[in-house]
Formats: sequence, C-alpha cells, structure tokens
Amino acid sequence: MAYFAQQSVNAISLGFLYALIGLGYTMVYGVLTMINFAHGDLFMLGAFVCLLLVTFSPVALPFPVLLVLVMAIIGGLGVLIERLAYRPLRQAPRVSAVITALGCGLVISNVTLSISPYSRAMPEVFDDRYFNVLGVGVSLLQLLIIGVSLALMVGLDVLIYRTRFGMALRAVAFDAKTVPLMGISVNRIISLTFLIGTGLGGAAGMLYGMAFPVISASMGVLVGWKAFIAAVIGGIGNIRGAVLGGFILGTVEIFSVAMLPSTYRDLISYSLLLVILIFKPYGILGRAPNVKV
Amino acid sequence: MESVRRFCVRVAECRWILPLLLVIGMGFCVAAESGGLLNSYTRFVLITMGVNIILCASLNLVNGYLGEFSVGHAGFMALGAYAAAMMTTRLFPQMPALFLPAIFFGGLVAAVIGFLLALLSFKTRGDYLALITLAFLMIVKSALENIPWVGGPRGLAGIPTLSSLPITFGAAIVTLWVIRNLVFSKFGRAVVAIREDEIAANSMGVRTREAKILAFSVSSFFGGVAGALLAHQITFINPGSFDILKSTEILVMVYLGGIGSLAGSVLGAVIFTLLSEVLRDFGTWRMVILPLILVLLMLFRPRGIMGLRELPWFLPRRELTSRRKKP
Repeated sequence: MAYFAQQSVNAISLGFLYALIGLGYTMVYGVLTMINFAHGDLFMLGAFVCLLLVTFSPVALPFPVLLVLVMAIIGGLGVLIERLAYRPLRQAPRVSAVITALGCGLVISNVTLSISPYSRAMPEVFDDRYFNVLGVGVSLLQLLIIGVSLALMVGLDVLIYRTRFGMALRAVAFDAKTVPLMGISVNRIISLTFLIGTGLGGAAGMLYGMAFPVISASMGVLVGWKAFIAAVIGGIGNIRGAVLGGFILGTVEIFSVAMLPSTYRDLISYSLLLVILIFKPYGILGRAPNVKV
Repeated sequence: MESVRRFCVRVAECRWILPLLLVIGMGFCVAAESGGLLNSYTRFVLITMGVNIILCASLNLVNGYLGEFSVGHAGFMALGAYAAAMMTTRLFPQMPALFLPAIFFGGLVAAVIGFLLALLSFKTRGDYLALITLAFLMIVKSALENIPWVGGPRGLAGIPTLSSLPITFGAAIVTLWVIRNLVFSKFGRAVVAIREDEIAANSMGVRTREAKILAFSVSSFFGGVAGALLAHQITFINPGSFDILKSTEILVMVYLGGIGSLAGSVLGAVIFTLLSEVLRDFGTWRMVILPLILVLLMLFRPRGIMGLRELPWFLPRRELTSRRKKP
C-alpha cells in the first residue's frame, strides 16, 4: 500500500511536468493548428539554460529569479523561431510548416549535442529536504514542482478565460480570418502565444532537470515528445485536455515501470498514443473539426 | 540559344536513351563487380546511392504524390533490414543464393505492417497521420530493443556482405519502374487526386481508401527492400540506427529533389549521398546542417528542385504525346 502511495506521488509529479510541457504544444496547436515539433527541444534547452545560469552567474540566483530568467530566454527563443521559420509559411500548405518545425527541433537538439556531447549533471539549485507523510516520502522538490506547475496552470487558465488577451487568443483559434477585421493584430497574439507556450516549456525543462538531475541533448526527443503524447491523449488544442493527458501518461508510465522492465516504458507510451489516435483521433476532450467544402 | 534548347528537347523526348543508359549502367556494375575496377570506398558510396534512390522514390510516393507527411520510413527500413537479416543469418545461413528472396521477404514484412498501419489510420490525415507514423517509428525501435532474439539494443552483427553493385542497381531500377507504372496508372491519378483535394476526389467516385492504402503499402515495401540492402551492405544493424534522424535524411532527399517527381527522387538521392560524404568530416555538425537544409528548402523552395515536374524519359509514351498536343 505504501509502495502504491509512493508511486502515486511520483506519478503526480511526473504528470504535472508532462502537463506543463504539453500546454505549450496545445496552445500553439490551438492558435495555428500546427504541431510545433521544436517544442520538445526548447524544453530540453530550458534545462541547459538553467545549468548555464547556475554555473556562470557571479552571485547565487534564488529559485524564483532563475525560473523567470529561464522562462524569458526560452520564450524569447520560441518567438524568434516563430518569426523566422513559421511565419513565412503561414499561407503555405500545412505540411511545409510541420516539416519546418521538425527541422528546427533537430537543429536545436543537434547544436546542443555538438556543443555538449555528454550528459551533464544539474547542480543543486536549493537544499532539498524530505518529508515523511504517513510513511510516504515526499521531497521538497516534488512539492515545489507541483506548486509551481499548479500556479502556472491556474495563471494560464485565468489568462485565457478571464482576460482580453485570452479572449483575443480564443478568437484567433476560432477564426483567424475574421479576427483582423475586428482590429486585433493576429501576429501579436501568435507571438505572445509562442512566448507563453515555450516559456512554460522552458520552466518545465528547468524543473525536470532539477528532479532528474542528469540532462542531455536527447531529452527533447525522449521527454518532450512524451509530453506531446499527453497533449494528444487529452485532445490537442484543448488546454484542460493537456493537463488531463499529462496525468494519464504520468500514471501509465510510473506504474508500467513499477511493474514491467523499464525498457518497456517507451513501447507502452507510444502504443498508447497509437491506440488513442486510431480509436479517438481527437483525444479525450477534443472535438473533431467540421470540414467544409 | 534556340538551337540548344531544341536539341535539349529532342534529347529529353528521345525514347531509346534511357534504356541504353540502363544497359550501360548494368554492364558497368557487373564489370566493376567482377573485375574489381572500383576501390571499396567508391563502391560503398555507389551502393549507398542506390539504396538512397530506392528510399527516396518510395517515400516520394507517400509524401510527394499522395501529399501526406510520413516520418516513419526508417521504421519500415528497420523491419525490412531485420527480417532479411534474420533470414540470411539464422534461417538460411551460408546460402548467398537466397539473398534475393531475403530482400523480397524483408520488403514483404514491411509492406504487411505498412498495410495494417494504413488500414488502421486511414481516417486520419495531415498532422495526425504524421503523428501515427512517428509513433510507429518509436514503437518499432523500442520493440526491437526489447526482443533479445534479434540482439536487443546491441543490434545484430555478422550479417553477410551480400549487397553488390548489380543487385542494388537492379533493385533501384525495379523500384523506379514499379512506382512509375503505378503513378501513371488509374491508381496513380487517384493518388494525385487525393493530394489535390480528397473530398472532391471522393465525391467524384475515386476510391480514396484503396488508393491510400495501396500507396502506403507499396511505399513501405520498397522501404523494407532498401533496409534489407543496407543491412547486407554495412553488415551490422541496431535499433538506434533507424531513428528519427534516418527518417529526416530521407525527407531531405525527397524535398531536395522534388516532390511528386521520379527524376527529382533520383536527383535528390544522388545529391544527398554526395553531400553527406563531403560533410562526413564535420561529425555531429552534419546532423545540424541536414535539418537546416530542410528548413531552408521549405522556406524558399518548398517543392524542391524538380517539384511536380518530370523528366520526359520517365513518362510513358501516351503521356508524352498527350502533353505535346497541349498548346
């Protein structure tokens, strides 16, 4: 029972991380109906930027400052990629944009790989402590991951459903052709979406690096794309679906590793993706688009 | 200038040059193989080029003619490579005569799996189909890593060196010939119609489901054939070598040479093979340059060099005469 409870705690903290990364995929998909394959690699870069900041900063940066800096840098990079690579292709066939995104992701991960061919150890950002709650070990780090993710998600939900920017964003997702007629700058909304979405991915990268302190260039494919599975399971384009999918995937992974050899983990996650795509292609909370002729 | 242009048109429309070139090429391959005319490096590059032509033309069927985006071609390669290698190393070792059936078997295994995948996913299009192929690629890789019988993550070593110049050349010719005949048949028109507008094609009575599934199966068959040839060229395969980067390499070839064009596929594969040999000294930076080329291609020339055009040599005769009549 204690073992089960322990695994549940691990599943929840992994689920939050997947959800946080998945939000970036789903926001971009919601607004541009395009899969941002580079998102996983920006997530990986989040961990590396954190490593660089901790290593080269003259003063020890406290955790909140570090988090904001990482989010700003990765978010800025996301906006830059959108500006240079995705915006010129907005009128092109959708496939071109997907290929470009895949290419951008590979460029980012392989530049990182060429500069840092080996895995790196993440330095400790703060002193970790362990608590014992009813026989279940919970670390301060896990609480922090859950707390920060929860705060970011609630913030995002408020931003999207309660503010004027959020209304504009939902309007662009609903009908990008009519929105400019209402005096809303579509380009600015899309830039802001990329800033927020990839910023959340960067934050997730930093938290992931702290939780599993060996980071490498292949993290984007190994972990980032998993989060993408989470977003698809929940229904891509749907913010709450990404969170739900993150938890489902986190639970499935933690318990499959607990019960089967750990090499089966990827096999199970990707098979889950395949099954969901075949039987419920628009995810649990997603709706099938109406194709008009 | 005008006379040069007219000469080029006459050469391009001449029907006996291509067969002649093929016979000369085959003769050269046989002579080089038996007479040892080429050093082992040149031979290696030429065989790689042939394998790449097969890969590029077969992926072009799905990504170019059908207009879908598959990133799972390396998965079909892996299936073909493992199936053929199992046949030549475990089932019938020391029997080089069975290499051609082994290649066919590799292609068949890939085609059956490709058929099942297409059958299950035919409702999805665009991004979602890309995802399914991505999931398929990851599943093949992890499944192979978890089967100790085929070597697990360490891979399969000791595959006999059976891929020769004439066999690779012949396989490439057969691939191009089959795909060319498919593309200019009734089936091929259905495939192109799906690319242009699936709903319109469907309402005109085109059997879109059959056309898509057949295109996917044929494409995976030749992906498997290429994998089988590659396995018997480099004599060692492991699941890690059939990853997303391998798929990206094939994508670069397709979109460099030109979508929906067989001449483009050959051109893309040849340029890509030479380019990656030139870039060999750059180490991992090579894997930065290749995706970068892909991105720049998408931004500045999304259809590639030959995009949707075809060299008249590859056109069937009736196609050529019908084109000439146009004003």
